[in-house]
Formats: sequence, structure tokens, C-alpha cells
Amino acid sequence: MAIQNFKPVERKPLRWWEKLYIPQVLAGMKITLGIMLRKPVTLKYPEERPTIPKGYRGVPTLVKDQNGREKCVSCQLCEFICPPKAIRVTPGEIDPNAPDAALIEKAPKAFEINMLRCIYCGMCQEVCPEEAIRLQNEYSFCGGSRSAMVNDKKRLYELGGTLPDKILKWHTKAEARKNAQSH
Amino acid sequence: MSEEVSNLVTINIDGRDYQVAPKQNVVEAAKSVGIEIPHYCYHPKLSTAGTCRMCLVEIGTPMRDRATGTPILNEDGSPKIGWMPKPAIACGTIVSPNLHVKTKSPLAVVSRQGVTEFLLANHPLDCPICDQAGECTLQEYSSDYGRGASRYRDAKNVKPRNKSIGPRVLLNNERCILCRRCVRFCREILKQPILGATQRGSLTQIDCYPGKQLDHPYSMNVIDLCPVGALTSKDFRFKMRVWFLKKTNSICTQSSVGVNTTVWSREGKIYRITPRRNDFVNDTWMSDLGRMLYKSVDGEDRILGTRRGESVVDFDEAVDAAHELLRSGSTAFLASGNMSTEEQWALKKLAETTGGTVYLSKNICDNDGFLVSEDRSPNRRGALVSGLVKNFEDASPAKLEEAIDAGKVKTLFVCGEDLQSQGIDKARMKKIKVVFLGTRANSTSEMATVVFPVRTVFEKSGTFINQQFRLQKFDAAIPGLAGTFDDLDVISALASRIGGLEKTSVATPEAIWLSMKKDCPALANIDFATIPDTGVVLDASAWRGISFPETGSLHYSPETPAGK
Repeated sequence: MAIQNFKPVERKPLRWWEKLYIPQVLAGMKITLGIMLRKPVTLKYPEERPTIPKGYRGVPTLVKDQNGREKCVSCQLCEFICPPKAIRVTPGEIDPNAPDAALIEKAPKAFEINMLRCIYCGMCQEVCPEEAIRLQNEYSFCGGSRSAMVNDKKRLYELGGTLPDKILKWHTKAEARKNAQSH
Repeated sequence: MSEEVSNLVTINIDGRDYQVAPKQNVVEAAKSVGIEIPHYCYHPKLSTAGTCRMCLVEIGTPMRDRATGTPILNEDGSPKIGWMPKPAIACGTIVSPNLHVKTKSPLAVVSRQGVTEFLLANHPLDCPICDQAGECTLQEYSSDYGRGASRYRDAKNVKPRNKSIGPRVLLNNERCILCRRCVRFCREILKQPILGATQRGSLTQIDCYPGKQLDHPYSMNVIDLCPVGALTSKDFRFKMRVWFLKKTNSICTQSSVGVNTTVWSREGKIYRITPRRNDFVNDTWMSDLGRMLYKSVDGEDRILGTRRGESVVDFDEAVDAAHELLRSGSTAFLASGNMSTEEQWALKKLAETTGGTVYLSKNICDNDGFLVSEDRSPNRRGALVSGLVKNFEDASPAKLEEAIDAGKVKTLFVCGEDLQSQGIDKARMKKIKVVFLGTRANSTSEMATVVFPVRTVFEKSGTFINQQFRLQKFDAAIPGLAGTFDDLDVISALASRIGGLEKTSVATPEAIWLSMKKDCPALANIDFATIPDTGVVLDASAWRGISFPETGSLHYSPETPAGK
């Protein structure tokens, strides 16, 4: 059936100036030289790195607020929502001497994200009620072994750094508590 | 049943007529026909308090002429309904003929929204760190009836948080919605006024009475009762979020009461045990000790790996060794009230082919008058029903002691019990060789010639028969720990080696049940798969003459054994 609709293309013989060859080379060289003088559109990766656009979803990390407090309270919603089950949280109680410990009570004892499983979907960031987990700019994450591809809590905070918080929910609560008690 | 049917009253909910049982309140009546009326303070097993106002609905009754008492009719001849001008609480309204209820009218909806808004005004909204999140009625109803955003601009009330009110319970007063279920539980069920409310208005707090502590053996029931996260468990604190946990129906092994439980597990690890409602056995309660029994699964004394003498051997070698001992004659069996009925029946088959007397362990302790009976084994009645023993007297451990002294026993097959706790001392233990099936190491497992590590109640399924002769099923919550074998597998492997059971028979409770029901008249009409969640009461007339140790607990007295 397909054969019937098939129409052979008729190949025309070359004209004399096409047979000369030189003009064709020159025309090609013109294009090449023209582009050589233009601003390059590629990057010399990995020496040169691209600028990451806003809202880019890179490697998920854990962040601290501007006071250096770990934001995660191990509510485990990210673990629940994670489609490839890459996240594993072991909840635990906070050190009672830490600032605002009486209010926050809870922090992860262990937090693991398996980057072999992670699909960079960003659901964990979306679901986090504390804005503690964030997909940041790191995009080329690699390791020499399977265990090296599992980010533990320490690594996640190293990758994450600080993300200033406008609301400081727990701090505000603690302040309100202090004021109310002083009455 | 026919009596109940004739007693049904017709009520009208949201424009539809329903037939419901009389003498119940509107919340229960609506629930019985599948309509949910939200409520916090009402609990089916506690008195009605009417404090939360969440169940506000519109109520109407047929109008009557005040002078003559004759019904007032509409123009079309139907009875005219007189609607109350204000909403009323459904939990405090008892159903009456032709009662009309509106649960979705604008007034009912706006009432619920108002109550929800007031409850949330001072609520800390710390769901991310609250253990109740996921099973919190405030969370659910706020999502159903809340505004989604707060209009409250003032500072929230400050109350004590994380106050330890007992060895097992934590109180967070900021989360409390003052439903006072816990207060009523202490007063009405524990009969001890431990918890009460202090202060007034929005500053009201729950607290212990001066000098008192919530250290009652049933204190953890307030955790289940609490509709919010105000009362939380110290044991379960921050262990796991409830939405990860798988629920499995189980039976508490603490005593012959057979408390119905739910085992909450994730990935082969049990996190907590809570009571499961059974109005004929335990209502909605269970003891604090029963909740901690899951810790035996990976306890330090758990036996792992089959053992022969001092050396660890594989399963087949252990079966060979046990077979050798059992075959040598002068064998006795010490069965246990902790075995499931199916295991007891399989053991009976093993004992029949091997030849040898069967004795039954006895663990008698105090009765607490509520949900822990004298008999601290869940299934001693199963030994009667399965035909393992004829009565308790002839099979008592004391008789076993006599038999050992008389030199009639050379090999003893022990199922899970510690011989010392059964009154058989070390000198007597030295006279015999022991084949031991058990989960936890004890003095008997130490001196046993062959040891089979078997499974706890959480790792297998089967049935128990409680003090009411109520047959109740438990399911496997988690897979068996590596290095343990199902009790039924061990017993049937031995039995098939000796020739008692068919080699082809699969050792599952379902398969055992097929042969067992032919063998045991009391079980003849019951299928394993269709045992209801609340259990089946067996015909116990065959064992009427036997004296049982239980003197009575909730829903059980020796005079009326089957309960209400």
C-alpha cells in the first residue's frame, strides 16, 4: 500500500559551475567564518557554568533560617508525598537546651535523600509546611558508589545553606509566649 | 431480632425517612444510616456532656394542639413539624417518632463553621509537630467546616505545653479543645477523679487534681479518647506519623478477656497497639500493659535460629533431632494457653500419633475487675474446644510434676512456657529432655535439647477463644522475624515426620481449620475466613462442669458468660 504512494525523486545532473567545486567551498567558508565572528551560543562546560534560571529544580537540600536554626521539624510529609520514595526521615526530639526548643520539640534524627531515586519533581518542596526542604541550583550530582548517592542530614545542610525566612513562625510564637507570660 | 424490628422508630434526616433503633441519640442514629454528624465531646461509651457544640443541627417534632393534644396537620394531611428556633445538639437529642433533623441547612452549616472558628481561635496549629496529625478530628473538621483563613487578630492564649501528667501520658493544654472526654473517662470508667478542669472561659485548662497523677493502669485510654493532640503517648511520641502505619486486627494476649486490638506497623516494625471497639468484650478500652506487648517482638531475649544442644543447626536437622527424642517413648507435652486454637489442634494430632499425655500450662494472677482477668493466657479455652485436653484438672502442671517424679516422662515437648514458672524446679528439669518451641529465652530454653524459635502473636494469624467462649481471630501484622518459624510449620513438620498429619497438608490456619472443624463439634459451622471482627460465641455447654478461674470483668460474669 505504502509502495503505491511512493514517488521516486528524480536526481538532476550537476551543472557546470557546480562541477567546478571551488565556489561551493567558498560559500561554505562564508557561513563558517560568519558564525565564527558571532557571539558563541554554547558554553565550555564544565569550565563554564550556565546561569540557573529562577525556580530551577536542582538537587533537594535542607536549609536553615537566618538565625541558624534548622527549619525541618520532621513532619515526614515529604517522605509521604515523594513519588519515587527517595526520602527517608527518622523523627526525633529536639535538644531541650536549643533556642525555642520548648515550642518546636521536634527535629529529624536522620534525614536521607536517595539521589539515585530522586526525580527532581519538587513535590517535597511544595508540601513542606516549614519551607525547610528546597530544590536548589545544583544539577550535576554524581558519586562513585551507591552510598555516595545517598545524601544524609549533614550533607543536605551543607548543600542547602541558609534561606532567610520572612515570617519566622516559631520565633514569633516564642516571642508572643514570652510577652503573654510577662503580663 | 424480631422484637427490635418492631421497636424501630422512623426519623427524618435531611428530608429522607429512616428506620432507626430507639433510645439512642441523633448522632448514633445518623451514624447507623451512614450520615456523619461531626462531634468532639460525644463518645459512645461515655456520658453525654454537650460541651463542644459541634453537633448542632436543626431539630423539629410533630406539632400538637396545646389545648386538645391532637396533632396539627398540614393542608395535605401530613403532620406539621414544629422546628426549634435555634439549633440543638444532636448528641443530646434522643430519637422520637417522626423526629425531623436538618444537618445541611444553612443554620446548621453556619453553626458548625462558627464553632470551628472559635475552636481554632486559640489553637496553636502546630500540626507539623503534633503526633495526632492524621487522626485528629479537629484537623478533619477544620478542613470540612473551617474557613481556611483566620480572622482572629489577637495573640493566642498561652497555656502549659508538654506537661507530664503521668508516667505514660503528656498533656499539651494549648491544643486542648476542652471537650472533657478525659475528665469523664476518669470519673465514669476509672471511677477515680484524676483529671479536672481549672480556670474559666478561654483560660480553662485540664489538669490533675492536687497530689494526683494519671498513673492508673488504664491511663493511656485518654490518648485514644482525646479528639485532638492534647493528650499524647510518651511511648509513641515522635516515633512515626500515623499515615504511614498499617492497621491489623489483633487480640491482646494479656489475659483471657481477649481484648480486641489494632496493631499499627510499618515495614515490619510495630509502632503501637490501640484498642479496637467490641461492644461485647472491651468496649473501646484496653490496659496500658497490653499496649506495650509489641516490644516482645524484637526484645533482647528473642530466640533466633534453631538450636540443638549448644550448636545452631538448620531446621531439618532440628526436626530430625526432635523426632528422635519424641520417638523414644515416655513423651509428654506441655501445651500453652498462649497457643492459637489451630496450633493446639495440630499439637493434639502430634500427641495422638506420638503417644503421650498432654498437660496445659496455668498462669493465674489477680483480676483487676475490668479488662485483665485471673487467667493470664489468652486461649486456655481453645485447648478444651480443640480437644487438646479434656479438662484443666487432669492436665494441670502439678500432674506433670507428679509424672516426672514417677519417672513416667523422659521427653517433654514444651510450647513457649517456662517450666520454672509452672512449678517444675531445676532438679526435675534435669531428669528430662526438653524440646522447646518459644519466642523468648528462659530457663527452659537454656536447658532444652532442641529449640525451635517460633513467632509472636503479631507475626502469625489464628484464633483465640476468650473467657466468654468467644472465638476471635487475629491477623499477622508483620512478617516473621528472620530466624523464626511459624509454630504451625514446626508442629506439622514433626507430625508429618511421625505420620500424624498428611505430608501434603499446608500448615496455614485456613488449611488446619478444614480438618479441625470436622474434628471439633463446637467449631463445625464456622469458617476461618468468615469469623466476624467481633468474634463468634461458641456453644460451651460441653464444658459446663469445668470450673474456670475467672470471677468477672467488663461484659463477663461467670453466671452470664457470653456478656451482654
